Amino acid sequence: MRDGAVMAFLEFRSISKGYPGVQALSDISFSVEKGAVHGLMGENGAGKSTLIRILSGDQSADAGSILIDGAEQNYRSVRDAFDAGVIVIHQELQLVPELTVAENLWLGRFPARAGVIDGRTLVETVRSRLTDIGIDVDPGAKVSSLSIGARQMVEIAKAVMLDARIIALDEPTSSLSSRESEILFSLIDKLRSRGTVILYVSHRLDEIFRLCDSLTVLRDGKLAAHHQKVADTTREQIITEMVGREISNIWGWRERPLGAVRLEVRGMSGTRLPVPISFSVRQGEILGFFGLIGAGRSEMARLVYGADRRHTGTVAIDGVTTAPGNPKAAITAGMVLCPEDRKFDGIVQGRSIEENITISSRRHFSPLGMLNPKREADLADQFIAKLRVRTPSRRQDIINLSGGNQQKVILGRWLSEQGVKVLVIDEPTRGIDVGAKSEIYDILYELAAGGMAIVVISSELPEVMGISDRIMVMCQGRIAAEIARGEFDERRILTAALPDKNAAGTI
Amino acid sequence: MNAMKKILLGEQGLVVIFALAFAIVSIFVPNFLTERNMLGLLQSVVTIGIVACTMMFCLASRDFDLSVGSTVAFSGMIAVMVSNASGSILLGLVAALLAGSAVGFVNGVIIAKFRINALITTLATMQIVRGFALIASDGRAVGINDPSFYQLALSRILTIPAPIWVMVLLFLVFGFILNRTVFGKNTLAIGGNPEASRLAGVNVVRMRIWIFALQGLVCAVAGILLASRITSGQPNAATGLELSVISACVLGGVSLAGGRAAMTGVIVGVLIMGIAENVMNLLNIQAFYQYVVRGFILLIAVLLDNMRSSAAGRGKA
Repeated sequence: MRDGAVMAFLEFRSISKGYPGVQALSDISFSVEKGAVHGLMGENGAGKSTLIRILSGDQSADAGSILIDGAEQNYRSVRDAFDAGVIVIHQELQLVPELTVAENLWLGRFPARAGVIDGRTLVETVRSRLTDIGIDVDPGAKVSSLSIGARQMVEIAKAVMLDARIIALDEPTSSLSSRESEILFSLIDKLRSRGTVILYVSHRLDEIFRLCDSLTVLRDGKLAAHHQKVADTTREQIITEMVGREISNIWGWRERPLGAVRLEVRGMSGTRLPVPISFSVRQGEILGFFGLIGAGRSEMARLVYGADRRHTGTVAIDGVTTAPGNPKAAITAGMVLCPEDRKFDGIVQGRSIEENITISSRRHFSPLGMLNPKREADLADQFIAKLRVRTPSRRQDIINLSGGNQQKVILGRWLSEQGVKVLVIDEPTRGIDVGAKSEIYDILYELAAGGMAIVVISSELPEVMGISDRIMVMCQGRIAAEIARGEFDERRILTAALPDKNAAGTI
Repeated sequence: MNAMKKILLGEQGLVVIFALAFAIVSIFVPNFLTERNMLGLLQSVVTIGIVACTMMFCLASRDFDLSVGSTVAFSGMIAVMVSNASGSILLGLVAALLAGSAVGFVNGVIIAKFRINALITTLATMQIVRGFALIASDGRAVGINDPSFYQLALSRILTIPAPIWVMVLLFLVFGFILNRTVFGKNTLAIGGNPEASRLAGVNVVRMRIWIFALQGLVCAVAGILLASRITSGQPNAATGLELSVISACVLGGVSLAGGRAAMTGVIVGVLIMGIAENVMNLLNIQAFYQYVVRGFILLIAVLLDNMRSSAAGRGKA
């Protein structure tokens, strides 16, 4: 370990970072040697993204420091990190689609005389550079005409052109085909031999074993394990390190009597969910959907609700098939969806709590479109009390509420619709602090006890395990496992959710 | 069918449509394809054509400028009034060019530096500048004293009026700037992906200010030529110009979302606007109908553009 420290090229020293209500990173220290590919693993919310953001200069740590080649870095912006030789390649690529590959690589430093670009130098330098690092892309092609995989290569080429000393890749293969991934891997091998440090964030164990020299596992914002040599560890050990957490009892789950089947989904598929899936939810049941980001959970919800067009399959509520591709029909049939992105799809910013609650249901008591202020006020007060929304008045602008209280208002909006039978709720407690979380859970239990069928989608494993009666695990657009409450097991669920099935081992 | 679709929705689709329309109109509309009518047509689009050059840059960088019509009138007015007062046409022209650039520069500073929405900013300056033009002239047209000022618009080189030459020259210059210079590529870059451009070291704020200042300068050129042609400074000149210019750009495939622009497209867009008007005049169609037709042309252009980008999107996936 001493020797390793001497060789360290990139070093994180006691990095901590907190957000309101959550400690994203606490006391993270590890180092990476020159010319090493270092893996960074952990569940969703373990702190990987936060660490990458701090490395990229996008956010600054509350405490701790980053050292590059022994020198402490004090950069305050992404630009500063750039200048220090750190380049982070995010999943959304930073390319200009209407410019050519060569132009993108030279952007900001075009070779020019009196402002006129030297087109030949532009293309030829890029061509030789691309050949040099073995990327087969036409420098004259517009980026918008390239595949996602090719664009990723261009992004890496850009990092190389900028003489990046450290390149961080955030889930680079998530949208690549296996052939494209293989090209990416050989490119990474080449960079490694040139002495570049690569920080490789991935969920995929087979990639970690294929590529990485060393590995850090994060869990709940803490350093769970650091492996100097990936070859010395096993898949099972890494999974255990990622999971290894006690389930605390903030969930307050109680046994509920279950009734007849309320929601029945049969052979449903769509553009972004090509493999047909089927499942059903009973009266009073909470069905949890777990999967890593991009596993297709939200797509599933949008298909069930009719927000996206179904290619095949049927959705029935209490045995009655709902019309496809039409959220209005779903609402009429008694289904409501609380979307994942509250800020974007949920709250109406700048309007009062009252309006946010009654916006959907008021059409039932507004003949000829004339509002009924008394009725609306009563309804709003009723749900503010019932859902324990903390606010001085129903007239308060919703933007002033905390995340948890906003979520309650959104729930109130849907529950004020008469005859809701099925509630689909996507990431019910994202960005909500712990105290408000358990209140949201209590509301969900209450609704279920009233006979509602509830589908909860979450990327937080403890939450899904804590509140669901049954869990469907999704992976790459398919249902990978269905597990009853009595058989909940973190390892089993996570293994099913991880994309490389070789890792399953035990199942 | 598919091949045709491919051509129409491809890069050169607009040019193909334009060529077809031009051929059809030439055959069926009497007096269309005559030298006199062609020159008249080009004369009629000079103001739109000139201003479209820089509007293209403005839209390509994800900005928007509504103040161009007012700036054209204002700078034309300045040119006439300063020439009259000083007795020097040259001085008048310089003053007009400075005034136009100043308007653009102010727009740019407010929009880029203080981060005020371009639509709102230029909506405000559009009214302020129009107000200046009206105040300066007390609301009346100001006649040109020195007849050699008229000669700017009346003189002909190789039988073609000077304003058309100016327009063609600007088409060439700005086409070159867009495709071959750092300025042009940076414009497309900040429109296509502002964050990536900023990170790559492009000074986005300064670029945007420059683009607006250039827009003002070019408006002044258009304003001078217009004043010369109508032999006076008119405070109400070029009202509604901004809409025609933006229409022509969008027709020419410039994306309002930024990042996409081509000079040939804009030229074709300008000509389509001119031809539609010209043909309706030749066919003695009442001027009121021209609004309707212009509106429809714009809608069709936007729909076509939408189809084109979704076709391109499918190609990628």
